[in-house]
This record gives sequence, C-alpha cells and structure tokens, in this order.
Amino acid sequence: MTTLVQREPKKVPTPERPWRPSFAQRLSNFGVAIAAVLLTYILVLVTPMKGLLPTLIFSGIFAIVLGYLKGFFARGTMAGRNNAVGVFLSLGMVIALIPIVSILYAVVSNGYKGLHKGLLFQDMSLAVATDPIAQGGLKHAIVGTFIMVAVALAISLPLGILTAVYLTEIKGPLSKPIRFLVQAMSGVPSIVAGLFILSAVVYTVTKSYSGLMGSLALTILMIPTIARTSEEVLLLIPNDLREAGVALGGTQWRTVAMVVVPAARSGLVTAMILGIARVAGETAPILLLTGGADMTNYNPFSGPMGTLPFYIWKSFFFGSPEAVTRGWAGLLVLLILVLLLFFLARSLSTRKASR
Amino acid sequence: MRLMPAPQALVDAPNLPKPRVITTEPRLSDKVFRAVVTAGGLSSLIILGLIAFFLAYQGFEILVKEGFGFLTSSKWEVITNEGNEIVDYSFGIAAMLVGTMICALLAVVVAIPISIASALFMSFYAPTRLKNFLVASVDLMAAFPSILFGFWGFFVLMPHAEYWAMLINRYLGWIPLFAVDDKIFTRSPFLAGLVLAIMIIPITTSIAREVFDQTPLDRIQAAYALGATKWSMIKAVAIPYGRGGVVGGAMLGLGRAMGETVAVYTVLNIVYEINWQILFGAGGNVASLILLKFGEAQPLEVKALMAAGLILFLLTLLVNFVADFIVKKTGSKGR
Repeated sequence: MTTLVQREPKKVPTPERPWRPSFAQRLSNFGVAIAAVLLTYILVLVTPMKGLLPTLIFSGIFAIVLGYLKGFFARGTMAGRNNAVGVFLSLGMVIALIPIVSILYAVVSNGYKGLHKGLLFQDMSLAVATDPIAQGGLKHAIVGTFIMVAVALAISLPLGILTAVYLTEIKGPLSKPIRFLVQAMSGVPSIVAGLFILSAVVYTVTKSYSGLMGSLALTILMIPTIARTSEEVLLLIPNDLREAGVALGGTQWRTVAMVVVPAARSGLVTAMILGIARVAGETAPILLLTGGADMTNYNPFSGPMGTLPFYIWKSFFFGSPEAVTRGWAGLLVLLILVLLLFFLARSLSTRKASR
Repeated sequence: MRLMPAPQALVDAPNLPKPRVITTEPRLSDKVFRAVVTAGGLSSLIILGLIAFFLAYQGFEILVKEGFGFLTSSKWEVITNEGNEIVDYSFGIAAMLVGTMICALLAVVVAIPISIASALFMSFYAPTRLKNFLVASVDLMAAFPSILFGFWGFFVLMPHAEYWAMLINRYLGWIPLFAVDDKIFTRSPFLAGLVLAIMIIPITTSIAREVFDQTPLDRIQAAYALGATKWSMIKAVAIPYGRGGVVGGAMLGLGRAMGETVAVYTVLNIVYEINWQILFGAGGNVASLILLKFGEAQPLEVKALMAAGLILFLLTLLVNFVADFIVKKTGSKGR
C-alpha cells in the first residue's frame, strides 16, 4: 500500500525581471540628464546664444551624446546606439507634451482674470465686450451650447447607434462600404458641414439662422464619432450572450434590444459623451449658421443663438484688453466643460474594462 | 391498469393542428428591425451623398463658368458698377489649394517624427503607470477644441514661431524652401503648419501607439532571445510591423489638417497669390477663405464659396480613401 506523502509546498521565488532597470541604472540615467543640462548651462553662459530655444536644443543634443557615451563605454557600440535612441524617443515624448502643458497654463493663467460672480448668470444683452469685466457673462452662450448639443445629440445618437448595430449585428453586405463611409465622414471638414446645411436647409427652406441649423451641422460631425465608438463597444460583447438570447427563443430584435444593448449600456454612454466632447467646441459651422445672439435664447427653432465658441470668437476679435480677457474666460469655461466630459467618459470606460 | 383507447372521433378528426413548419424566414418584428437598422446604417451614405449633391448644385454655375480655371487661377474678384450690379467676376482657388497643401504637408512633416517617437516611447519604454498617464494626456489633447489651438497659437506660439522663422531664414535661407523676398514673418504658413502639427500630433500618436502595442509578443521575445538590444528589436520588429498603420495615421492627420478652419484662420494671413515661401507671412487656405469671405459675400460669391467647399470636400474624401487603402493593404501584408 502506498501512502500519500504530504509534501511541503515548495517555495517559489518571485520571478526576477532582469529587464527592469536597476536602481544604479536609473541613477546613472538621471545623472546623464543632469550632466546634459549642466553642460548646456555652461555653454549658454559662455557663448552668445541665450534664451530658451538653444537651451532646450543643446540639452537634447548633450543628453543624446552622453547617453551614447555611457552605453558605449559600458557595453560597446550597440549599447551606445540603444541608449542614444532611448534618449531621443523620450525627448520626442517631452516635445509632444509641451503644447498640452502650455495650452493648459495659458488658458488658466489668462482665463481666471475674467472670472466673476455673475459670469454664469448674466448674458451680454446689456453689455458690450469692451465693458469692465464685471458686467455681462456667458449665460446665453452656455445655454445655447447646451441646447444646440442636446438637439444634435437627439438626432445623431439614434443614427449613430443604428449604424453601429448594423455593422455588428446585421453584418449585411453593405458593412464594408458603410464602415468606410463612416470613416470618411469623420474626416469631413467642419466648415463643409456648415456649408452643406447652409445650402441644403438655410437657403432653400428656413431662410434664417437659428440654433437648429447649428445643431444639424453638429449632427454630421457627431454621427461618425458615436457610430465608431459604439461599434467598438458592441464588438466587445461576447457572442455567447447573443447565442443565449437566440437559444431562449428570442428573435433578433429581442436579442439586440434586451440582451446586447443593455450589456453595452455604459459603453454606449461613453460613445455619447465622446460625441458631445467632439462637437462642444466646434466653431466653424456655428459661425456660419447660428447668427450668434448676445441675449439668452431658449428656443432653438427661431432667432439667432449664442454659443461658447461664438462668444470666444467675437470677444477676441473685439481686441480690447477687456474683450480679450473675456475670450480667455470663455476658453477656460469651454476647456472645463471638455475636461469634465473627457474624464466622465474615461472613468466610465475604465470601470468597464476592469470589471 | 387499462389504457383508455383514444376516442375514435379524435383520431379521425379532419382538423388536427398541422405539424409545425420549421423555417428560417424572419418574423415580422425582425423584418421591421432589420429594415430600420439598415436605414439607419445607410444614414452616413445618404448624408455624404447629400453633401456632395447640394454643394455641387449650388456651385454648379461657377464651376461651369470658370471650368478648369477654378483650380488653376488665383483671382478672386467681383467687379460691380456704380449701381452695385455685377459686371464681371472671376473666381479661382489655386492659391488657396496650394496654401492648404503646403500647411497640411508641413504639419505632417513636423508631426510624424514626434508622433512616432512618442508612440514608441509609450509602447516600449514607459512603465505601465507612466504609460497610462501619457496615453490619457495625449487623448485629452485630441479632445481640445480647435478654437483653443487657434487662439493659443495666436497669443502664445506666434511670437516664438516668428523668432524661429527668423532664425531659420538667417541660417538656412540659402535653401530655396526657407528663402523669403521680404523679411515679413508674421502669420506665415510656417506658423499655421506648426499649429496644425500640434493639432494632429494626438491623432497620429494614438494611431501609431495602438499599432505598436499590437506587435506580436513572440516576435519581440524572439528578437530579444537573439540578443537584440531594445533599439534593434524596434528596428527589426516593431517598425516593419507598424509601418502601414503609421502611414495610414499620417494620411488621416493630413486630411484633418487640410480641413481645419478656425485654427488656421486665426494664425494665417490670407493672400490671393500663390506663395511657395513657407516662412513668408502670406498664405492661402480653402477653409479659411470660406470663413473669411462668407460674412460679406453676395449670393454669387456664396456660390463660389460652395464650389470651393465642394473641392475641399472631395479632396478630404480622397485623402481618407487613400489612407483607408494604405492601412488595409499594408495591414494584410505585414501581419
């Protein structure tokens, strides 16, 4: 008879990850960066080149050269080249990030001067852009933007989701061309969308500017964003769910409406938010179509309507210091709106992914 | 226990329910559903068709009158007599087309190296946490509205860019591309190109990063196992794998840059003359022309603007088509 030998569970050492940079390596990388900056500082002190531009350029060059030398003396040519490329790529990343930081800084540092208590509760019907900052506000612009985006959403959300459902659920013979057309539609310049509504609706039917015209143009820009994001979301729904729905005797309509779409709900909300973020700051068609009123207009079907982009545009072209400050404040509000939408969409989609 | 015999009447009944016919024919509800969804799916086709139709319809008169000259001449004028009646007119967008192409190409040339470098950094160098942060920042930048880039470019970037243009002209002016006749560097195509480059960097970067992220792990490991350094691995595996996607992304960025209106309008000086000197403060842009002229245009001029819009629309469609084609073609070969 054999006895079961109870073995001690073997201790598995935590796997080493030799490719991870050790502390010493990180320190030496840091040292290279510091040395590059120091060398540049000396160079800028000694030579007549002054200013930010040469400092940045020469720091980059020195960092690449020093990185190369470090690798070269440790392991030879290949390692040197490897290090130099590593430094070069991270410099590319830094260059790509500079505009983001600069834009955020410029908007916040210029925009906060234009903030005042009445900003969100007054409109410009009694004020001119050149008045002191404390008079007038952006109520009309915010109301207009919200109404216009809401109307655009009401049209484009069904169309966008239907397109996505066609591409993922029906998979008809037209799937390929439609996928391409949606892609092409996302490349339609916003001014062309504005011109189209102008020629097709304003000149032929309504003969006047209104919020609805702006919404229609925004719809054209919104549909592709919603359709593509929804398609990606619906593709993530496992086929098992569809098969289960059909196996329970559901028709395709019931399966899609009761199983697939509810399962993808949070993703579809993300698609909606991304669509809103895409058009909230859209300027060119708004300039052509809405007339840009200075008073609050709650009716999208008649009369000109002001929006945030239009307000910003107008303020900057007034040119006086107060008007420019108003423009920056408007940009700040618009940026905050876009940031809110962005982080909302992001938190929804990451929660989905972690589940 | 005895089984009851089935009543005779039931056996002989002439109207027994027929056995169920099994069919793949969709029910009415499904037919309606499919029809509705297909109709919705066709919306993009319908909208694109309507755009082309209406712009062509409105611009027809001008296009017929000017013919091919609409694309090759740079004159944009309406001559009226004292009674404000139109005597003669001539419209041509050659300068605008050339300007659009110069700005967009410059944007792509500036943006692509930066995009590839940052995409490679995010995919292969950055630790996970840093990578998540970087991806979020780049995506955030893609969500910035264009008016923001426009006024940032005007107020923040322009003074710097003017100085850079001056430097480039002073030290590299012997290259024909950087030569200028008059030393005027304000609101040049160079500045517009830089702003556009900054606008398309997020798009091209995220496309390139997605492609590089999909590099098959076994090939990466194989390269390392053969003793490759990181750079050799990238050169031998990641770049050949991702080339198609990067080129496609560049084309998409080109399309975006050609159609951008507001950001270009704020930083570019529109002049009705073909200007090849990218540092000189005069340029053209179809989209900006439409915005510039629209406010004061009479009905006739609006028609010309519609025709210009049609050209721009067809141009961006073409670029998108080529981008799609490149991505598909290289995609099937390289993977």
